[in-house]
Amino acid sequence: MNDMTPEREERIAKLKGLGCSRKRVEDARFTQGKGNYVDDLKLPGTLFGDFVRSPHAHARIRSINADAAKALPGVLAVLTAADLAPLNLHWMPTLAGDKQMVLADGKVLFQGQEVAFVVATDRYVAADAVELVEVDYEDLPVVVDPFEALKEGAPVLREDIAGQTEGAHGPRRHHNHIFTWEAGDHAATEAALAEAEVVAEEMIYYHRTHPCPLETCGCVASMDKVNGKLTVWGTFQAPHAVRTVASLISGIDEHNIRIISPDIGGGFGNKVGVYPGYICAIVASIVTGQPVKWVEDRMENLMATAFARDYWMKGRIAATRDGRITALDAHVTADHGAFDACADPTKFPAGFFHICTGSYDIPVAHCAVEGVYTNKAPGGVAYRCSFRVTEAAYFIERMIEVLALKLGMDAAELRAKNFIRKEQFPYPSALGWEYDSGDYHTAWEKALKAVDYAGLRREQAERLEAFRRGETRRLIGIGLTHFTEIVGAGPVKNCDILGLGMFDSCEIRIHPTGSAIARLGTISQGQGHATTFAQILASEIGLPADKITVEEGDTDTAPYGLGTYGSRSTPVAGAATAMAGRKIRAKAQMIAAWLLEVHEGDLEWDVDRFVVKGAPERFKTMAEIAFASYNQAIPGLEPGLEAVSYYDPPNMTYPFGAYICVMEIDVDTGEHEVRQVYALDDCGTRINPMVIEGQVHGGLTEAYAIAMAQEIAYDDLGNVKNSTLMDFFLPTAWETPHYTTDHTETPSRTR
Amino acid sequence: MAKMHLKLTVNGTEHECLAEPRELLIHVLRERLNLTGPHIGCETSHCGACTVDIDGQSVKACTVLAAQAQGAAITTIEGIAGPGGMHSIQEMFREHHGLQCGFCTPGMITRAWRLLQENPSPTEEEVRFGMAGNLCRCTGYQNIVKAVLAAAAELNAAKEAAQ
Repeated sequence: MNDMTPEREERIAKLKGLGCSRKRVEDARFTQGKGNYVDDLKLPGTLFGDFVRSPHAHARIRSINADAAKALPGVLAVLTAADLAPLNLHWMPTLAGDKQMVLADGKVLFQGQEVAFVVATDRYVAADAVELVEVDYEDLPVVVDPFEALKEGAPVLREDIAGQTEGAHGPRRHHNHIFTWEAGDHAATEAALAEAEVVAEEMIYYHRTHPCPLETCGCVASMDKVNGKLTVWGTFQAPHAVRTVASLISGIDEHNIRIISPDIGGGFGNKVGVYPGYICAIVASIVTGQPVKWVEDRMENLMATAFARDYWMKGRIAATRDGRITALDAHVTADHGAFDACADPTKFPAGFFHICTGSYDIPVAHCAVEGVYTNKAPGGVAYRCSFRVTEAAYFIERMIEVLALKLGMDAAELRAKNFIRKEQFPYPSALGWEYDSGDYHTAWEKALKAVDYAGLRREQAERLEAFRRGETRRLIGIGLTHFTEIVGAGPVKNCDILGLGMFDSCEIRIHPTGSAIARLGTISQGQGHATTFAQILASEIGLPADKITVEEGDTDTAPYGLGTYGSRSTPVAGAATAMAGRKIRAKAQMIAAWLLEVHEGDLEWDVDRFVVKGAPERFKTMAEIAFASYNQAIPGLEPGLEAVSYYDPPNMTYPFGAYICVMEIDVDTGEHEVRQVYALDDCGTRINPMVIEGQVHGGLTEAYAIAMAQEIAYDDLGNVKNSTLMDFFLPTAWETPHYTTDHTETPSRTR
Repeated sequence: MAKMHLKLTVNGTEHECLAEPRELLIHVLRERLNLTGPHIGCETSHCGACTVDIDGQSVKACTVLAAQAQGAAITTIEGIAGPGGMHSIQEMFREHHGLQCGFCTPGMITRAWRLLQENPSPTEEEVRFGMAGNLCRCTGYQNIVKAVLAAAAELNAAKEAAQ
């Protein structure tokens, strides 16, 4: 009876469920200027906070004189570490098990570090007061190179832990060493490298950059002294985690803290961390009894909030002469800045870097990552990717290119020769992951064909000949990559942040007239959850997506979840949504059976209704069932139709893709033209192709930016050289290339 | 600091308010007139999130003193939609997925609105150049360009139908 009749197709189309390029429900607000971002919030009596920041990268603070600032009319307070110390809030825990100064405690460790917090009635007065705070600094030697930082006589950066030989992630071998983390089989990898017919080596620096969302970080903290409730609106990618952390460090009971993430103007990892501004705004609100707003400016955002990358990756790859890879070794020196504030799951201080065997069947591998303190800003977040996965993908794909050069083999052929074959899934990788699914050869062949790879190589060779004959100065470059990601963190058995398991959640309430609200533990920052999660639910419960409200970001109403970052929301919270939907359907089936006076087993689900098997004219739609759940006394069943699900994924998911970029470059001037960017993604089941394509376009633009110019660079004195949008490259519409997207669809086998 | 008496016409409505001479237009719009559509994304005129229209020109309100706009006619994103609902440009941004987080969108649409009055039938290249003062971190611009071109076609078709 489930034949595709036009009537049935129409019912499916009406749902706007899975696979539909549904237009976004968010857009009516955003296109008319009716978004509600944190800086739009205007509570009566709001005070403004602003930071005095360090101009030095490493200096001792001899004294802070805030008298002139405090005397300025409109200034209510100037907080320093000395004021926070009695509350034990002058330092705060980081997500990586380290601690970080909220306000400079005796010294500063990076340029832009928070030194004092001014609270005033007006943002202009606050800025004036910042100028009036006198800080007497004594310069200390600056270290901005992680290799220098690990040398014998290097300056001690973190005096607070100088003598500690044990860190959050194992032994520390040097005063500027944070951790060494390893995966794989060191001895077997060394043996395979020693025996190999060919070994290629490369040092690859993935420079420091910054997620730089268009909205900077900020919050409004409001302590209601009458009822003892603290409410904080802010740019939080993980509102529930922020609530728990805020409770742990402030001592305020968790039920008395309400965290609200309103609309967020892009995150890209930058808004995962807990920043000193949040703590200071909360303290200031507690002290003054008034709401306190803190919103950083762009310079503060680029200088002090979480950066991404800064990995020095030394690779060795071994192969037979005919191009069969036999071993891979990676040694990473990871510059974490002054405090280890990476936002990785606790057990993985280098994130999921050990996905660095990529798409290839490599029998033995080893990787070691050393975290190092320097006089740079803390951070190390996943910037438009899962934890350290972009680093890993860049590493292995570059190593493949280096090996292809050494072997004199075509890099596309070398890849195809070493891909994990589809019959090998589930595939245990040499570094300890179990890839659930994939079909790399199909994707690769499709990509090569789409760009006419053989034709491109011919054209490239002809151009090179013409260049040698002196006929042109422009050469053609062909960039190839076949990446495998690891996303959807993650299974509670091995993924937690600060002890909080990385499950996620969804709670659904069906209203009597056949509409619904779903609340999740995640928070969209542009991904369009209000649109796509309703689609998942529409397909599960048979109510139209247009009749399902999706709400996120308010810890007083949403079920506990770990938030949105590291490409986890759809695989984890999306799955929780489907699971909760199935609970609704299970109860609906019992209600339908009672209404139709048949046994539950005599019913089958059909798009939006339960139908009596063999009697298609006898059915109850989900809308009818919803109403019945509120007005019928059904024996053995509670009234109402609600469900909640907390989904603990059994495994990560392993999406993959094949990207090819063709560029022309003038060898004299470096002037470039991106001729073609082809991007094939396989993310498994596609919920909303329009939204997926949009996400891919955005990611590609980051790739373009980082490859061409985007960098947070430091000079030898630790001055940030790219602290405004004048110097930090964000591509405009003018130079951004045109993209061609494509896909294959290999559903995950994880259930 | 002594305050100035400001008179501005914003989205067709006359407003009067007091503001310090040093106050930026974006702060007066957002905090004194409660027009929070235009956003603040930088303080160097690069990102365009604060784009408004002043006397027929696209202007970045984060680097203009409110005093400089004395007596001006200003249009913000809140004034783009008509009584009949969303403007074509707004519709096309939704239709072609020309926005994600929405933070750049008010400035982006306000700029596109002026661009299509300056050049009602732009080429893709002209849209890319004409919109280059507005940064977007989410979309990679491809769908924004598509939306602006589609809006141009729709507005031109409507104009033709009216003639």
